[in-house]
Amino acid sequence: MPKLTIDGIEVEVPAGTRIIEAAKKAGLDVPYYCYHPGLSVAGNCRMCLVEIEKMPKLQIACHMTAADGMVVKTQTEQVLKTRKHVLEFLLVNHPVDCPVCDQAGECWLQDYYMKHGLYTSRLQEDKVKKPKAVPLGPTVMLDAERCILCSRCIRFCDEVSKTSELGFINRGNHTEIAVAPGKELNNPYSGNTVDICPVGALTDRDFRFKIRVWYLKEADSVCNGCSRGCSIQAHYNLDRPHHAKGERIMRLKPRFNEKVNKWWMCDEGRYGYKYHDHNRIAQPVKRTEKKVSEVSWDSMLQEVARKILSSGQKTGIILSPQLSNEELYLARRLFCEELKLDKVFLLAPNPDGFQDDILIRADKNPNSKGAEFLGFGYNTEALEKFLDQCAQGGVEGLVVFGQNLSERLDGPKVQKALSKLAWTAFIGSNHNLMSESACYILPAATHFEKEGTFTNFEGIVQKFNKVLEPLDGARAEWEILASLAKALGIAMKAGSPEEIFLEMAGRLDPFRNQTYESSESEGSDIRSMAAPTIPSLQQYDNIL
Amino acid sequence: MKKLISRYFVPGKTFWVEEYQKDGGYEAARKVFETMTREAVIDEVKKSNLRGLGGAGFPCGMKWSFVPQTTGKPVYLAVNADEGEPGTFKDKYILHHAPHLLLEGILIAAFANNVHKAYVYIRGEYSAAAEILEKAVEEAREKGFLGKKVFGKDFDLEVVVHRGAGAYICGEETGLLESLEGKRAYPRLKPPFPAVVGLFGCPTVINNVETLSYLSFIINRGAEWYAGLGSPKNGGMRLLCVSGHVKNPGVYELPLGIPLRKVIYEHAGGMRGEYPLKAVVPGGLSASVLKADEIDVGMDFDQLRAIGSMAGSGGVMVLDESTCMVEALMVTMRFYAHESCGQCSPCREGTGWVDRILTRVVSGRGKQGDVDNLLDICSFMGGTTICALADGAAMPLRSYPTKFRQEFEDYIAKKRSNPELLSELFHGAETKRGGQKELTV
Repeated sequence: MPKLTIDGIEVEVPAGTRIIEAAKKAGLDVPYYCYHPGLSVAGNCRMCLVEIEKMPKLQIACHMTAADGMVVKTQTEQVLKTRKHVLEFLLVNHPVDCPVCDQAGECWLQDYYMKHGLYTSRLQEDKVKKPKAVPLGPTVMLDAERCILCSRCIRFCDEVSKTSELGFINRGNHTEIAVAPGKELNNPYSGNTVDICPVGALTDRDFRFKIRVWYLKEADSVCNGCSRGCSIQAHYNLDRPHHAKGERIMRLKPRFNEKVNKWWMCDEGRYGYKYHDHNRIAQPVKRTEKKVSEVSWDSMLQEVARKILSSGQKTGIILSPQLSNEELYLARRLFCEELKLDKVFLLAPNPDGFQDDILIRADKNPNSKGAEFLGFGYNTEALEKFLDQCAQGGVEGLVVFGQNLSERLDGPKVQKALSKLAWTAFIGSNHNLMSESACYILPAATHFEKEGTFTNFEGIVQKFNKVLEPLDGARAEWEILASLAKALGIAMKAGSPEEIFLEMAGRLDPFRNQTYESSESEGSDIRSMAAPTIPSLQQYDNIL
Repeated sequence: MKKLISRYFVPGKTFWVEEYQKDGGYEAARKVFETMTREAVIDEVKKSNLRGLGGAGFPCGMKWSFVPQTTGKPVYLAVNADEGEPGTFKDKYILHHAPHLLLEGILIAAFANNVHKAYVYIRGEYSAAAEILEKAVEEAREKGFLGKKVFGKDFDLEVVVHRGAGAYICGEETGLLESLEGKRAYPRLKPPFPAVVGLFGCPTVINNVETLSYLSFIINRGAEWYAGLGSPKNGGMRLLCVSGHVKNPGVYELPLGIPLRKVIYEHAGGMRGEYPLKAVVPGGLSASVLKADEIDVGMDFDQLRAIGSMAGSGGVMVLDESTCMVEALMVTMRFYAHESCGQCSPCREGTGWVDRILTRVVSGRGKQGDVDNLLDICSFMGGTTICALADGAAMPLRSYPTKFRQEFEDYIAKKRSNPELLSELFHGAETKRGGQKELTV
């Protein structure tokens, strides 16, 4: 492994490491725009020029590989001066329209100007005019004037999504990013181009103008859109409900995770967050033939417990792979081990869909593998048989975890089966046909409103955090199951998801040796890992 | 004066294969194929001190010795005929008059580097030259000099004539490779150098038309003889393209190291008209300008570099005292702004910015401080980019205002302007070019 010295700090790095990465390892911050660890090296922005001893000219740190005995300097007068002027070049034709730019606040031009620029503009000429607010596709908007032509988005489409929609047109300072005539930037991963755009050139049509980024709060989570379970970050807004009509989740961003999703996530996952704030079930509701009424959680749980007890083996349970490992474990403890019910099934609320060899999995549920580890497998045949049993009057009650049965199974058959049941309980976060007809509707939290773990299709257990408080009266399913156990008079250790997890890990092999704060879900923030260090407040004081 | 390549420059005449052979053509290639080894050819070229005559002046034999022969991949030869440097028109002469001289050079270079496929990248505007070369390739195939079993030996060589689509940057060697591969001619990051990873990822030799055209003379008459023609480390002759305010502009084949004064006053017939010499651009537009008192320099790569300019592509542009250096620089920088590929930010933004400043100055709206600004911008354009285009732009941008500072200051202070020039650049260029006939050679 080559050993090199950067600004006096000796670092040892694997052969082939770029100097820019070696500098990161040494704790140094070499600025860059076009470089991205997940893409090929373009070397066009020229921000990362550094001095390397024995080389006549400054060299770009993103392209040069570390060699044994190399002496690199990133803070010499010439380097700092060149850096400043490269930034000046990048801003020569930039409109500096920060007040109306959606990127403001997370723009690398702003950040680097404060850190490496701080010059007085000497530009007296007109700027080059280019197209603004050009929709490149359903999700991405281009402002060509703000573009610094780093080619990250082009390389992403060439190398990661392998769709090659984007390219350069024209020459010199008239160069622009563009899609081929008649084409659009519409691939399953197009949203990533916005993430990797260091400036305000590509903005997200879903997020544009919803809220200023500095009002956003962020929390780490895991995507529940498919069985890949990409590490993500949820950006939310609670303080300014007047923005975006009171929606809380503003956008999702991928979070670097070497083992799962690298730097990326798919559009399906990225834009699949709307259900957290729309069409939610707010309060426990009891429905009789005569009336529909809101009831308290206590009385609701008592009543459902009574029903389960009285129906006994004539109770059916349909679990969902959207539930966390902890919830599925509680369900297993409660329904299978304690009550010893034999009609416990697993049914995915979403049908299988598109799959590719990048990230997207056909199984649109985050925890099918976890359910399998806990002994719940998909069995459509058994479910069909169960429906027949219902239709023949062999079942009295049914507890459903969010699925819309008539959508997922043979509709008329489901209707016939449901009509024969004495009672149905629906535990879910959003209204659907099933909740409309259930006798007991128990509002559940969405996965951003609770914590727990999912097991992805490769068996990687990832923890997701509670990002938001449950909406209105909703409760996490693990809480509902724990209270139900209590109402049923069954003692279970279920004070928190962590407690449940530890018990599960102590009992079940697939989870043994796993810790709750699993390192698998730890990634660094997709933006901060690549983003500049923002100057301290004191530095700003000196400027103002 | 000796004539090597230029003895073929008979106005209106192309030396087709029969005539070329009568003149001893293809004998050098035959000698190489029948009596020499690869190593011996490379050695001979090294000894001849033949420099790369496209502009960089890199020793040709040394370039060849860098090409790895054991990668398991084919080695390609890319011939740079994208003669785009303003003030340069020598390759066009070779292509028009002596296409077989180039093909023979290609044969020798192919033999020396174990190349079985050579691409000639011809500037898009040189359509007539491309047609001539295509015909010459056909002739050579019929004679058995190209194609399968060259000279009856176990050696195949195909030559592909590829026409560019007209961008200066396609003449940059890695931009040329990208263009050949069907991509935008964005110069590549180096290392790896094209000798190792070049065309289609394979080791590639890139040589200029003129460089290759001298090979047959070196083989025929020996490296020592050729080296002796030029100055130390600068072997042989080169074609100097003299243009501007001289009596006899044209292509002159002169030994490397000849004093610039002799080029202008002896060969090109001295200054045209009443004005004395003011400045010379000695090696294509990208070379630093020389003042009238600097013309005793020897025209080779090392001597010109020593005084801060370069021999470049051999385009000698002679300017007399009637020339306004401010306007000359403005037109020069317009060229770079137009031709910058747009990849690296210092070049893309710098050339455009400088162009707009100079346009403003020539519009009579120059300001005090503009000259210092230009020089400061210039100091961050050179040496900070992937290819040498920005360095090429920086050379005139630094040298004009430095060497003619007072003229720049006066132009701005007196608010001089040249609306005719601007109007021609902005509006008239298209119609003018459309009406112009192609240069006959």
